[in-house]
Amino acid sequence: MARGSVAVTTERCKGCGFCVEFCPTHVLALSSAFNRKGYHPPHMIEPDKCSGCNLCGMYCPDFAIFGFKTAETKPAAIPAATEAPAPSEAMEAKEV
Amino acid sequence: MSTLIEPTALTNPVERVLRNDRIPTIWCPGCGIGTTVNSFAYALMASGADLKKTAIVSGIGCSGRVSGYVQLDSFHTTHGRAIPFATGLKLANPELTVVVYSGDGDLTSIGGNHLIHAARRNMDLLVVCVNNMIYAMTGGQAAATTPGAATSTTTPYGSFEPELNIPQLVDAAGACYVARWTAFHVKQLEKSMTEALKKKGFRFIEVLSPCPTLYGRRNGYADGLAQMKEYKELAKVKNGAPTYEVAITTGKPIIVGKFVDRDRPDYLTLMRSQLGAHYHEIAEAGVGCGDDSEGKEGCCSC
Ligand SMILES: Cc1ncc(C[n+]2csc(CCOP(=O)(O)OP(=O)(O)O)c2C)c(N)n1
Ligand code: SF4
Ligand code: SF4
Ligand code: SF4
Ligand SMILES: [Mg+2]
Repeated sequence: MARGSVAVTTERCKGCGFCVEFCPTHVLALSSAFNRKGYHPPHMIEPDKCSGCNLCGMYCPDFAIFGFKTAETKPAAIPAATEAPAPSEAMEAKEV
Repeated sequence: MSTLIEPTALTNPVERVLRNDRIPTIWCPGCGIGTTVNSFAYALMASGADLKKTAIVSGIGCSGRVSGYVQLDSFHTTHGRAIPFATGLKLANPELTVVVYSGDGDLTSIGGNHLIHAARRNMDLLVVCVNNMIYAMTGGQAAATTPGAATSTTTPYGSFEPELNIPQLVDAAGACYVARWTAFHVKQLEKSMTEALKKKGFRFIEVLSPCPTLYGRRNGYADGLAQMKEYKELAKVKNGAPTYEVAITTGKPIIVGKFVDRDRPDYLTLMRSQLGAHYHEIAEAGVGCGDDSEGKEGCCSC
């Protein structure tokens, strides 16, 4: 049973392969499908081996993938990943 | 037939400190700059820094684009002048945490003198230098950091100049924190950035980063990943290594680690203690001739 999973924003991916190469348990491969820009985003070929360590997320230069832990019993626990270290309320100011 | 994993309602944790409407970035596929930004984003969150009082300053270059993707008060300044800009920012508003994030060409070539003197003054800045060993944005000309013998658009027969050992330079000039990592060392880099964000004084982190488009392809690397794999293979962690031993030589081990971590009073602390009671008088009155009447430009250097 997998302890983690990944989320991929396929349209951000530029197909560099960093996530595939540096995943410690070789969960990922570049898929044969294309995104709109013609790159091959990653997909999980060994989903059961994913620990949710987020190393793929640390390596992705395009912020296109991240890993998160899943609780075995309740998939609803997934959003915990988004609650992790809270920056300050400074992020409310979203002007560019 | 392969299936793509579609984006879910979850968001990437780093998005909390990024300007998401600016993504995708301008960076090439396999460029390492974005990878260093992940480490920086997690460091910002881990350091507990008040993000309303944290500013990021960049010069010009591919690396100089970082300030525009981070959700802080961001300043994209002129080429080579990120450090003097950041110095002014810090002195005018000492409660800010000021980070300079820029390229090797920007910080050590055109901006080299500013780098030396900010380290000498122990100006309270964190400087992150993305070293892709080339002037990338302008087309891959040789920089002060291009390793001897490497090919670039301006050195088609190889460079005849030995490269600058940046950690040695800033160490000699008096930096109180000096580290080097590569884009492969995401976790160590995050830890180093977190530690450096919390420290006072001039802190310098060099990060080697692949530039497949303008450095890699002229020097035998098929893509960014090939350079990342080489970092993994060649890097030797030597914390505390004397900085005169860490120069980068093509094909030789790349020494990474935290080289310097010392404490000495920073510029503002010395200024305040030496001025004593006069500090507040001067801060209130300002320096210079005091004549700021209209049309009175350039009367002196005030
Ligand atoms: C005063 C000035 N001189 C030259 C330039 C042209 N220029 C823009 S970026 C750059 C080099 C950037 O190299 P580096 O700082 O290493 O950044 P990289 O693109 O490699 O990340 C140069 C020479 C400029 N913009 N302004
Ligand atoms: S979260 Fe960790 S184990 Fe899962 S795919 Fe990413 S790197 Fe691999
Ligand atoms: S690291 Fe990011 S950009 Fe590179 S292949 Fe993986 S998801 Fe795509
Ligand atoms: S030219 Fe080089 S440094 Fe600039 S974005 Fe492309 S790969 Fe990165
Ligand atoms: Mg450069």
